[in-house]
Amino acid sequence: MSYPLMLCMIVSIPFMGAGLILLTGKYPNLRDSISFVVATILCASVYQLIEPLRQGSLHEVTLLEVTTGISLALNVEPLGLLFALVASFLWIVTGLYAVGYMRGHHEKNQTRFFACFAIAIGGAMGVSFSANLFTLFAFYELLTLCTFPLVTHHGTPEAKRAGRVYLGILLSTSVGLQLLAIIWTWNLTGTLDFRPGGILGGTASNSVLSILIALFVFGVGKAAVMPFHRWLPAAMVAPTPVSALLHAVAVVKVGVFTILKVAIYTFGLSTLSELASTPWLRWIAAVTIILGSLVAFTKDNLKARLAYSTISQLSYIVLAALLANEFAIIGGGMHIAMHAFGKITLFFAAGAILVAAHKTDISDMRGLGRKMPLTFGAFFVGSLSIIGVPPAGGAWSKWFLGLGTLEANEQGLLAVLMLSSLLSLVYLLEVPVRAFFSSPSGVEQETGVKEAPWPCLVAMGVSSGLTLGLFLFPDFLYEMMKMVFGS
Amino acid sequence: MMAHLPVMQVMVPLLAAPLCALVRNGRVAWGIAVASSWAAFWIAWEIFQVVHSTGAISYSLGGWSASEGGIEYRIDTLGTFVLMVVTLVGAVVTPYALESVGKEVDKSKQALFYAAFLLCLAGLLGIVVTGDMFNVFVFLEISSLSAYALIALGKDRRALRASYQYLIMGSVGATFIVIGIGMLYVMTGSLNMANLAILLPELSSNRTIPVAFAFLTVGVCLKLALFPLHMWLPNAYTFAPSAVTAFIASTATKVAIYVLLRLFYTVFGSDYSFLEMQLGTYLLPLSLIAIFSMSLVAIFQANVKRMLAYSSLAQIGYIILGISLFSSTGMTASILHLFNHAVIKGCLFMALGCVMYRLNSVELDDMMGLGKKMPLTMGAFLVGGFGLIGVPFTAGFISKWYLIQGALEKGLWPVAVLVLLTSLMAVVYIWKVVETVYFSEDPGSVNSDCSEAPIGLLIPTWTLAILCVYFGIDATLTTFGASSAVANLMGIGS
Repeated sequence: MSYPLMLCMIVSIPFMGAGLILLTGKYPNLRDSISFVVATILCASVYQLIEPLRQGSLHEVTLLEVTTGISLALNVEPLGLLFALVASFLWIVTGLYAVGYMRGHHEKNQTRFFACFAIAIGGAMGVSFSANLFTLFAFYELLTLCTFPLVTHHGTPEAKRAGRVYLGILLSTSVGLQLLAIIWTWNLTGTLDFRPGGILGGTASNSVLSILIALFVFGVGKAAVMPFHRWLPAAMVAPTPVSALLHAVAVVKVGVFTILKVAIYTFGLSTLSELASTPWLRWIAAVTIILGSLVAFTKDNLKARLAYSTISQLSYIVLAALLANEFAIIGGGMHIAMHAFGKITLFFAAGAILVAAHKTDISDMRGLGRKMPLTFGAFFVGSLSIIGVPPAGGAWSKWFLGLGTLEANEQGLLAVLMLSSLLSLVYLLEVPVRAFFSSPSGVEQETGVKEAPWPCLVAMGVSSGLTLGLFLFPDFLYEMMKMVFGS
Repeated sequence: MMAHLPVMQVMVPLLAAPLCALVRNGRVAWGIAVASSWAAFWIAWEIFQVVHSTGAISYSLGGWSASEGGIEYRIDTLGTFVLMVVTLVGAVVTPYALESVGKEVDKSKQALFYAAFLLCLAGLLGIVVTGDMFNVFVFLEISSLSAYALIALGKDRRALRASYQYLIMGSVGATFIVIGIGMLYVMTGSLNMANLAILLPELSSNRTIPVAFAFLTVGVCLKLALFPLHMWLPNAYTFAPSAVTAFIASTATKVAIYVLLRLFYTVFGSDYSFLEMQLGTYLLPLSLIAIFSMSLVAIFQANVKRMLAYSSLAQIGYIILGISLFSSTGMTASILHLFNHAVIKGCLFMALGCVMYRLNSVELDDMMGLGKKMPLTMGAFLVGGFGLIGVPFTAGFISKWYLIQGALEKGLWPVAVLVLLTSLMAVVYIWKVVETVYFSEDPGSVNSDCSEAPIGLLIPTWTLAILCVYFGIDATLTTFGASSAVANLMGIGS
């Protein structure tokens, strides 16, 4: 298959999948296997792009030119490919998990659910392969809109209220700040393309560019930098597979990915590091890291705690982009993958606990570990990765991030990273510790709680296994990220 | 034949109108209306091609040249662009009218409805083709009078009051315009726009000219419903028959904006209008207030048609904002939005007409859970709504893009911020509908047994919905039309 066609195919596969899912809605088994097969095809196709990228034989593909200078164009670069690979692979795993979860939990409107899910992945693919800011923005908005029905899936007044917060914050930041930044960029440079070394360097005064980077950092609401983080806890009313893949991987990572991309290819690292506002923004990210962890402490609802943990972890990557040096960017890129595998494991476990034991609050989970050892074991592994200790993959990304802070001469930020790791150690490990070592309260012994449905267990096994595997074999990620600076 | 296209453009609907009134049969009259509105669209397309290959067309009515006091028809790139907008909407709305008007207008009045409709179309087209000031006034009155009649045909009794309100306001506007024209005639002895353009600069020190300028500007702004001269519009749009709202919302105000551009750029010249009279400093704040306050009011409407009427007022604000920037990017944005908004609002009002057809109501509360019962209708509404917000890949995005670009070029970044902010307000009012329609359970009251609208309504509605997306994905045709119109206008100005 020719390369331009292949790239278009990759972005359109999830959309075609969504169509097939809608068509086969009446036959749940067929529908769910289609979902699974489409995900596998997508992941395999994305994998096919690695070798050509290494050889450097890829180029931009313009699909259509909307009007002069604004075009829908796709391109493959290492960071995007890495993200696409993670998202498409985890779609397979989540697809499997979702079947077990949605059926085990007797959810309604499953066809709409799986179709919107596929479209969301399509949006994530579009963002990761976008060749310019316009394309990125278009898919970014698509992702916001198509995840709304997923957030309000239960249709309860609470879900609707959460949906309004979700849509309100994501749309107002993206339209009010991000779009303004994009049009401003176009105004300054006359192009929106992502180019190595950036396009903005030297086009405007330091203060103008300082405002512009702030518009981007806050305008990409999906990165959940405080004070625009409220949508993420709100989105937790969604069914767990959504929280797992979309609000721990696809949607939020689209946010931080956008910031990384803007930092590297729109501003250029050398321009970015000289801006007057960069140190300030770094500290805003640092504040988000610490506050996110602190709020996570106060949450007894497991999914809410994980949501605040995600907010904190996302700002690691925002910080990486703003540190604007090679180590930090490598760390940030790796953290996209490491956090994805770790956090999805945690959400899988949270959903499994909900399905099997109908528990959402951590204080109710005492002694549950003896009934569901596999689930809580997976949770433990995921926690290690988020904390960033061996033998889990998160250790590597935090290592490079730490190097990045030193390279940028920001020892204070290194201390922030350490402190945040300590905090996450406490608030995450509390869950398995209670489950395994506290004595159960009386009720559980009567109800006879069993392990989660097998598709959920398999999914957790794969994701936690990979979390461990990435500690032993991080070379692949490292080399992908190195390619950003190669040649 | 081809040489007479400019006059045919007006004559076809103008002669078809009395024919409709004579046949007295609603269906036959409808057939005549469809045939003549499609013919008008075809003529406009032919003219578009001629103008873009050989330049502006000048046509002397009855063979009397302008120097002999005859009426000149003159169509340039801007004119042909607006002709395309008006005839396109006309050609889409007339087929739609069969079912919609059949339900909303008394059988005995249907033939007269089509007669008035065609007169309105003829009037609007006449305004665009003519190069004569007094002729503009005549056609403006033809279109306005027929519009009053059309609005009064609405089933709701309040339509009469709305129509009367419009009649009073519209007549005040028309009087202002005719006074302005009279002053120009007294000063120059000419009514021909091209002539006036030559004669006026010599007289610019004369005090009558600014007075005439003011009268004309205020009169036309009333016709196009610029804040604070907009009071007639919401009621008129809300209570008119659906097909009429769709047609008038997409064309009448647009043509009034065309008249404004003609006055500023062709008759008085842009240097006089913008540099000497400082028009931008008046229009800019008015348009910003219009955009902001009308979007805000739209949010709190319970009647969806009224909500869209207020949204139209805000959109008119966007168009005037682009004009007030006095730059080629701003003008391109305005002229683009002229077209894009016509398509978007036409689509939205027609989708609402489908709802009206089944529900006899467009109150938000009655539309709960309608998304499942009328998926195609509400799908079209959603597309139009996205266009209004300015989501990428809809026509609305393109015009907003140029508009913000134009504001940033002038260093007016607060204006750019305001435009984006008001887009968010559009999100709020459109999303209110989306949530009611798609994410609310039907309480089982009003719409419990309603089904999808008939195909005769859906095809025209979706035609505009598809155009709304098409011109968001491939905007080359519209941007070409708009930018060549701008180049032409600005060229005259300098």
